[in-house]
Amino acid sequence: MSAFTLDELKTMLQEAAGVDESVDLNGAVLDTPFSGLGYDSLAMLELATRIQNQLGVPIPDDHIEFMTTPRAVLEYIDSHLPMGA
Amino acid sequence: MSESRERQSTDGGRARAVFTGIGVVAPNGKGTEDWWAATLAGKSGIDTVRSFDARSYPSQLAGEIKGFDPGKRLSARIVVETSRMSHFALAATRMALDDATVDLSQIPEYELGVITANASGGAEFGQRELQKLWRGGPKDVSPYMSIAWFYAATTGQISIGHGMRGPCGVMVSEQAGGLDALGQARRVVRDGTRLVVTGGSDSSLSPAGFVSQLPTANLTTVNDPARAYLPFDTDASGFVPGEGGAILVLENADTARERGVDRPYGELAGYAATFDPRPGSGRPPTLTRCARAALADARMRPEDIDVVFADGHGTAEKDRQESRTLAELFGPRAVPVTVPKTTTGRLYAGAGALDTAGALLALRDQVVPPTIHVKNPVAAYELDLVIDQPRETVLRTAMVIARGHGGFNAVAIVRLAD
Amino acid sequence: MRTMDVAITGIGVMAPGGLGCDAFWDRIVSGGAATRRVSLFDPTGFRCQVAAEIDFDPAAHGLTPQDWRRMDRAAQFAVVAMDEAVADSGLDLAGMDPGRVAVTVGNAVGCTTGLEEEYRVLSNDGRQWAVDHTFAVPQLYDYLVPSSIATEVAWRSGAEGPTSVVSSGCTSGIDALGYAAGLLAEGSANVVLAGSADAPISPITMACFDAIKATSTYNDDPSGACRPFDRDRRGLVLGEGAAMFVLENADDAQRRGAHVYAHILGYATRANGFHMTGLRADGREMAEAITVALNQAKLDPKDIDYVNAHGSGTKQNDRHETAAVKTSLGSRAFEIPMSSIKSMIGHSLGAIGSIEVAACALAIEHDVVPPTANLHERDPECDLDYVPLTAREQKISTALSVGSGFGGFQSAIVMAAPDKAAA
Repeated sequence: MSAFTLDELKTMLQEAAGVDESVDLNGAVLDTPFSGLGYDSLAMLELATRIQNQLGVPIPDDHIEFMTTPRAVLEYIDSHLPMGA
Repeated sequence: MSESRERQSTDGGRARAVFTGIGVVAPNGKGTEDWWAATLAGKSGIDTVRSFDARSYPSQLAGEIKGFDPGKRLSARIVVETSRMSHFALAATRMALDDATVDLSQIPEYELGVITANASGGAEFGQRELQKLWRGGPKDVSPYMSIAWFYAATTGQISIGHGMRGPCGVMVSEQAGGLDALGQARRVVRDGTRLVVTGGSDSSLSPAGFVSQLPTANLTTVNDPARAYLPFDTDASGFVPGEGGAILVLENADTARERGVDRPYGELAGYAATFDPRPGSGRPPTLTRCARAALADARMRPEDIDVVFADGHGTAEKDRQESRTLAELFGPRAVPVTVPKTTTGRLYAGAGALDTAGALLALRDQVVPPTIHVKNPVAAYELDLVIDQPRETVLRTAMVIARGHGGFNAVAIVRLAD
Repeated sequence: MRTMDVAITGIGVMAPGGLGCDAFWDRIVSGGAATRRVSLFDPTGFRCQVAAEIDFDPAAHGLTPQDWRRMDRAAQFAVVAMDEAVADSGLDLAGMDPGRVAVTVGNAVGCTTGLEEEYRVLSNDGRQWAVDHTFAVPQLYDYLVPSSIATEVAWRSGAEGPTSVVSSGCTSGIDALGYAAGLLAEGSANVVLAGSADAPISPITMACFDAIKATSTYNDDPSGACRPFDRDRRGLVLGEGAAMFVLENADDAQRRGAHVYAHILGYATRANGFHMTGLRADGREMAEAITVALNQAKLDPKDIDYVNAHGSGTKQNDRHETAAVKTSLGSRAFEIPMSSIKSMIGHSLGAIGSIEVAACALAIEHDVVPPTANLHERDPECDLDYVPLTAREQKISTALSVGSGFGGFQSAIVMAAPDKAAA
């Protein structure tokens, strides 16, 4: 089980970048590409900034392009959460 | 391109430009008709600052837009990446395009332009990110800062939001900018653009933005909302800052008619801009020359003007200058003069656009909106100031004056379209 | 008949690595980059720690202590460049009707340098949201509103004609000249002091570009930090500066026997209506701006001898711009030298558009193409002639300069030598 849940990620996304009216984040979105959820490159950068600042998980510049779906982000966070977090 | 288009109504061979849509977000009304009704009723939006604690500052009033929820009017995705100044303009753009009843998909994308004015950027957004930077370091600064606070943010977002890919631009000349944007919008219409979203908005009402204005000594320190901003009054003590503005749709008169616009609000018949000499230079201010140039541009004489929407700075020196210009042009008490911004405070880049919206609605309804709170107009100014009550009269043309800090003057003339 | 024929009769440039028009030209034909580790503030902790800075002594350029206290750095650059341009033009401004002299200054980020410094004091480095007004300096409002840059230029020159700042982000420097050309064409002025200025090398602006990862991370190789069209590019490098011009209608310039560097014959701006920072790979809106500007100039792609690229040093831009030039100029695109001087003097946001027009005017004057520095191995997807490393002597009668900026704005401007413009 991930220490950082999909629901928490959705909340973070909503705060970071809002939600497009045509998108239902409560649906099955785990494997939906972020672009399909209405998020652009700036939204992903904002999300990465929050993950780094709020969770203490460093994200190298060249990794952001691999954060393509909520699942990819959760797996990355899960494997990089600082000890004890 | 423009060469191929047939032109019936031209002005010396140049395309005429008419206003076909209005959108307003102002301290005394969100939405054009709400604002217009409030303006005619003399309802003020000036009050003690609520969005932050101004009690330690010598000036404590502002024309704030209260109860404006950008999430109700704009996509949540857009709200997070834009500042308050853009929220107002983007909401007003939707209103203006709805009002113009235009289907933008029917117009070639490169013949749709966006020209807005802005004076001070996204002050609140900027202050928040500056605070993050200096408290936490560069890693705390939001990626959105790079697109939210700068002066061109609004024009860019309007262009993107509505697929408008023709000439886009941004005018910055402080309070004169709202009219300079209209002037530039008319230029691009003359160059072949069919429809331009234009106007201006500002929101400098964060603590840092507000405090930045104090050193000019132009803000009144009278903190009674009914006695604070009194242009042309013997008790004039400065002005009250406000936020918001107006967005207007300006179109080529022929293509507007072709798409079925029977009665545009009016034509942008004249426009001119000048700059005042440096204080202490001994040279006279240039507002009179600016107004004359706008009249010449419109091929009108002073007696053709039916009402003047004055700049109404609210400081004795600027009021004197403006009243002298009006007296020189029109003679004593020869034309109704009004300052509806007494209900909103000065909106900077939003002001020229909002006053033009007011002028167009005055032409529509044949009524001059009032100047409020002024009790003792300076007799020597010899102005026919429309005070407290709207005045019904026959109106075909209106002159709008906007003056920007540092010396910017702009004058626009609108008239009922033929 | 052309609808636009504007003579450039005076040029003033403030650019990194060489102040004044001559030093600027020497710099950009040298192929040597002026980018270096940031010294205007301590960049420790920033992702990008490199910029192209100006070493500037305001007093040496005729600014009094009150001038430089009152003016933000961007305004200082603007007035010094304006002084040089006016002197260069031989125009007797004092003998003219001031109402016929206009001022148009392009600028993207205002007086952020001054504003940020004062914000730090007012807020005690961010500790106070309700900032302390007793620390507000007299010039604070002029830092909040970038129109003050135009005010300073007008005050110093005595201009009383139409005056404004044009602020369309990174295309401002081209758009200001397009606006000025419009004032001349409609008869609103006889002379326009036009150009652009910006001074963005401050912590907040560097942090903005850090946040979107647009700036180069070659912190260990400052002079090689900006590598437009190179396969190993890592982004743009911020610069600062100004270029100002004396612009007149060509007939007026000819009548007074002025030296004319070049004629501005065409200008257009289009917007991608797509994304505030993103560019579509096909570059269609920039291509449209180029095509419209060429049409206005009544020139064909085959007439163009030099393209001054936007060439900011980001992968996205390099490919976008290469596609746009190919779309608009067709097969001619492969024959024309196209270089980026940002490789040497950085990207000064609102200022760079006018600085690049100065480069084009001087390229026409000297018949030399400035090179793209740091271009050692071309991006395989960028297959035009980017004039790597060394300047090239060749006849240049016409030049095209393009700009691309946040908001999606794409601008193009076309210039020609006096003999070509007359043809």
